[in-house]
Amino acid sequence: MSLLSYLFPPRGGTAVIAKERLKIVLAHERASRDAPDFLPVLQRELLDVVGRYVQISDDTIRVNVGKSGETSTLEINIEIAGSKLSLTGAKDGKKSAGDPVQPPQKSTPAASAAQESAKPH
Amino acid sequence: MGKVIVVTSGKGGVGKTTTSAAFAAGLAMRGNKTVVIDFDVGLRNLDLVMGCERRVVFDFINVINGDANLNQALIKDKRNDNLFIFPTSQTRDKDALKREGVERVMEELKNQFDYIICDSPAGIEHGAITALYFADSAIIVTNPEVSSVRDSDRIIGILASRSRRAERNESPVDIHLLLTRYSLDRVSKGEMLTVEDVKEILSIPLLGVIPESESVLRASNTGTPVVFDGESPAGHAYLDAVARFLGEQREMRFLKPERKSLFRTLFGRA
Repeated sequence: MSLLSYLFPPRGGTAVIAKERLKIVLAHERASRDAPDFLPVLQRELLDVVGRYVQISDDTIRVNVGKSGETSTLEINIEIAGSKLSLTGAKDGKKSAGDPVQPPQKSTPAASAAQESAKPH
Repeated sequence: MGKVIVVTSGKGGVGKTTTSAAFAAGLAMRGNKTVVIDFDVGLRNLDLVMGCERRVVFDFINVINGDANLNQALIKDKRNDNLFIFPTSQTRDKDALKREGVERVMEELKNQFDYIICDSPAGIEHGAITALYFADSAIIVTNPEVSSVRDSDRIIGILASRSRRAERNESPVDIHLLLTRYSLDRVSKGEMLTVEDVKEILSIPLLGVIPESESVLRASNTGTPVVFDGESPAGHAYLDAVARFLGEQREMRFLKPERKSLFRTLFGRA
């Protein structure tokens, strides 16, 4: 068999592609499976806070928990559209941190929509 | 005390019921008093595969609700005295499997049987979770195909987090891989994931490889667990898997191309 496959290597071996794709998707899914329960909430709240200062969209934030040996890491990755990040906006944000904070525009319609949809049940 | 084995996969159509029937019959043939339970409420099929569909009077839900006792619902197999079938209900109420009720029935079964095989429904809903909840061992039925392998990985994760053993911090469920519908021909052409590929991806111990075989359909057509067919390669592979489960060393068969004599090529059957 090994001699045969040496002489006539299998052509169009799609099984190799299947294996590679599975490895990648499962590595990703296992990481999110082992993640603590608070991650989605943390992600939403981060989105709210950062969204007050910088315009970002839901899918540009990634929160991952990693582990290497004795230390755990919390990795937060936020992509911002466009090449420039205005720092003045961030400074203003810091100054007004003590002020009563307006709830971010983004979450309000979503929250009220959720309440509305809950009512008829 | 009996041992509870769940046969599960996540994905549907990979051979859970065929495996449950074959494995239960195999354990019974080895002298173990064995019951096989259908957990697929509303989609009863184990009775057909086991060939006892006309003998169902009471079912799992009747026993849970106290409408019948266990011995009224258990169907004794006509081919093997050690083998019993516990059919499920055709009710459309998916929540009929109440955990407390199932627990009471399982405890009762553990006192009567050596092995309790739980044939899980597909998916990760209530029925599938209930089927795996009480397990001591799990047989993950997987086809060498991407969606089946992915779903198996998912169900392995669920076993590790949501089984009773996990909830109680007891020793984890003993998990085994059973690769079914394996086509050596397609593997050698590089068209199908190999046993080694699947083992490497899922990283759980291999219990057996069941070759794709015409005899499996023949068995379900006639309501006979495939291990009762002495001619069937799949039947032999299941019996090997049962032997390994019971702690015997058996070499994996059907993983190398078999040399066929001219006579068998002309007159043999698969």
